[in-house]
Amino acid sequence: MSIDKILVAILSLAGMAFTYWFFLMKKEGEAVVVNTNSVDITVMGGYSPEVISIPKGKTTTLNFIRKDPSSCLEEVVLPDFKIRKYLPLNETTPIQVTPKESGTFEIVCGMNMFHGKIIVK
Amino acid sequence: MAEVKKSFPINGMHCASCVRVTERALKKTPGVKDAVVNLATAKASVTYDADNCTPEQLAESIAKTGYTLELEERSEATMQEEKKKELQTLRNKVVVSLGLGLLILWGSFPGLMNTAPAFLHNFWLQLLLATPVQFWAGSEFYRATIPALKHRTANMDTLVALGTTVAYIYSAFVTFFPNVVMNLGIEAMPYFDVAVIVIGLILLGRYFEAKAKMGTSSAIKKLIGLQAKTARVVRGDKEIDIPIDQVVLNDIIRVRPGEKIPVDGEILEGESSIDESMITGESIPVDKAKGDTVVGATMNKSGTFTYKARKIGSDTMLAQIIKLVEEAQGSKAPIQRLADLISSYFVPIVIMLAFLTFGVWYVFGPDLAFLFALLNTVAVLIIACPCAMGLATPTAIMVGTGKGAEHGILIKDAESLEVAHKINTVVFDKTGTLTKGKPEVTDIIPMSVILNLFQDPNKMPKKMLNQAESPAAQRATWIQHDKEEVLQLAASIEKGSEHSLAEAIVNYAQEHKIILDPVAKFQAIAGHGVEGLIGKQKIFFGNRRLMDREKIDYKEVTEQISKLESEGKTVMMLAADSRLAGLVAVADTVKDTAKDGVAALKKIGIEVVMITGDNARTANAIAKKLGIDRVLADVLPDQKEAEVRKLQAEGKKVAMVGDGINDAPALAAADIGIAMGTGTDVAIEAADITLINKDLRSVASAITLSKKTMRTIKLNLFWAFGYNIILIPVAMGALYPFFGILLNPIFASVAMASSSISVVSNSLLLRRVKI
Repeated sequence: MSIDKILVAILSLAGMAFTYWFFLMKKEGEAVVVNTNSVDITVMGGYSPEVISIPKGKTTTLNFIRKDPSSCLEEVVLPDFKIRKYLPLNETTPIQVTPKESGTFEIVCGMNMFHGKIIVK
Repeated sequence: MAEVKKSFPINGMHCASCVRVTERALKKTPGVKDAVVNLATAKASVTYDADNCTPEQLAESIAKTGYTLELEERSEATMQEEKKKELQTLRNKVVVSLGLGLLILWGSFPGLMNTAPAFLHNFWLQLLLATPVQFWAGSEFYRATIPALKHRTANMDTLVALGTTVAYIYSAFVTFFPNVVMNLGIEAMPYFDVAVIVIGLILLGRYFEAKAKMGTSSAIKKLIGLQAKTARVVRGDKEIDIPIDQVVLNDIIRVRPGEKIPVDGEILEGESSIDESMITGESIPVDKAKGDTVVGATMNKSGTFTYKARKIGSDTMLAQIIKLVEEAQGSKAPIQRLADLISSYFVPIVIMLAFLTFGVWYVFGPDLAFLFALLNTVAVLIIACPCAMGLATPTAIMVGTGKGAEHGILIKDAESLEVAHKINTVVFDKTGTLTKGKPEVTDIIPMSVILNLFQDPNKMPKKMLNQAESPAAQRATWIQHDKEEVLQLAASIEKGSEHSLAEAIVNYAQEHKIILDPVAKFQAIAGHGVEGLIGKQKIFFGNRRLMDREKIDYKEVTEQISKLESEGKTVMMLAADSRLAGLVAVADTVKDTAKDGVAALKKIGIEVVMITGDNARTANAIAKKLGIDRVLADVLPDQKEAEVRKLQAEGKKVAMVGDGINDAPALAAADIGIAMGTGTDVAIEAADITLINKDLRSVASAITLSKKTMRTIKLNLFWAFGYNIILIPVAMGALYPFFGILLNPIFASVAMASSSISVVSNSLLLRRVKI
């Protein structure tokens, strides 16, 4: 096998390993603890902060500020709270949640490509 | 004073001091009670006295501070307008990309290029044409990819950006350094057409997908559009038109013919025929008069009336329906779990497969292995379509729940819609569900009829004879007279009773304009009946036990009583001066849609069961009338839940149909609880499905809708999974060793664009199904 083929084979395997590490071995961000009754979540290539911690039984307003033009992120879905909302670009869309149970709940985009979490304590 | 709380968007704020300035300006405006400005939401919530302050004045105060207060909340119409603008931009990008792409294709595609003018063969011109497409039309792929990569996530945009960038950079390299490429033994041929056409086609797919997706939420938009904009409120001796959000509780509202009813309320004066089809799906207008409730957003057809606002804002039935449908559309069906799991790993796996494809083709490929490796890698990146998987379930759920709402069938969430398709047994509560729940008089039989006294007209009392009439007519007159006499006595004596059967008899007498006699020494005897004096006659009215106690002979009517009871009726005997005068039978009448509702369920192969506290004979009589084969009789209200569980233990998937209030435990125990509701919170909360049209035929419709929605979801998932499972290996070149087939990236982009469109279109087909 010529040297270029060996090199490409190695690079190809390295690319696969890197992809696996980069996307699938990502560590979950620290949960941002929300003590006030609202939190701003920037929608730009995902949700920032990605993980938020909110208190049980209290109403918290999640202000989604969509800055990403991708149609994938034009809707946000909080399935456990039965919320699906269109997020107009460059605007703030407030969504109120009042969790009745503790646990971890998902925030996903309309096509389930981007994920965030709400930890209720 | 009319205090109003309203929220207004404020533009131009960017810091906490902006909040202070605007808040102060609002609070200083005369008539404003309170104002809270929120920077995050860019909204001001203002409480003001509508008599002394107008939104225009608020806007003026804010304008003086250099900011702008928008008078109208971002309406659905504005959102639609923006969406349309987005679509317009997308369309422009598609036209430019495909236009330029076709020129490049003409000048570079083998076979076609010979027919093209020579200047189109020029690589530099191709680079010039391709660059705006790659970085202007394709900018949205980059704008989505870069921030996503910062989050270490990837989506479809990442794949498209990667695929087209690889093709573009290679082509640009060939254009700038053709000799380098040729020295490697590769023909110096750019692939700008691949990059540009792929971008154009994927944007075209996105354009159609966006248009189709707008249709999936059309039911909600239709519901929101039903709302009236203004209300004509009676204030003092004036009538003024005010915006609907300024209507306060107990406002008196006038509605004229052809006008929409603004909010929910109760008619005070006047009567009319009202078209409630938009809420209940029932096409026949309903007559309403004083004391009846009216529902906001329904249409007043003929009369003028005034009514008192009982429910406003988010409490109205329309608002509740919209909330429920929105919630259902935001919920997740269990069937989606697998798609969710796969789609969360999908894009990284495709990128890994792209690396693998490049490596394998480069190492093991035939001559020109680099080009094979390059094009197949691009094809893999382009063909993968995670969108189709993501859209398969939610779009069908949105269309399905919306379709239900249009027909007066409110589905609580996606899970309920999913479970409903497995239902094979429907249990109906009898009273109030299959029947009207209000007993009505069905038979009045005087003794003269039972004993056949009027066979011979000559034996009829002389005072009633009219020689001009035929014997049959004379007989009918006498029977009518006797019936009225029995009804008059029965209703008079029952007037003092609080029993529900008594109410039925008194109402019946009043409907027939029978004048009731005064009753003396009235007494109700629990479990027996009533007694009293009318004139000088001692009257007893009740069941067998009462007659036995008073030693009144009723042997001659036992057969008649049994016959009536076997028809599901409750029979009472009337005795005057210790002699039997007649029988009155009362029954809870079945609803008009009950029989058809049961037949519709049986037609789709569902077993129908009736559950009731009535005795077996009465219950069987009603069941027979309705065509129900299985009856659970003598079931006390608190045992209904256990009966439902018993059926489940038999392996049946049970839907329980009740009124949503009294049957709450049984509704909750069933796999699907269906409430014959009126849109009240209680009924909606208790049930998985609420039939606001109160039409029993809709039970079958709801199950049919569920079956059709599930079929659509399964087809969508099958297509979305099948598409990726089959075409990704093809793009990798799996067929090449056997058949020499490879997938051109341009065809890959056609397939990719059409896959998500086909999923959304398939969901939209649900709008056309008949339920």
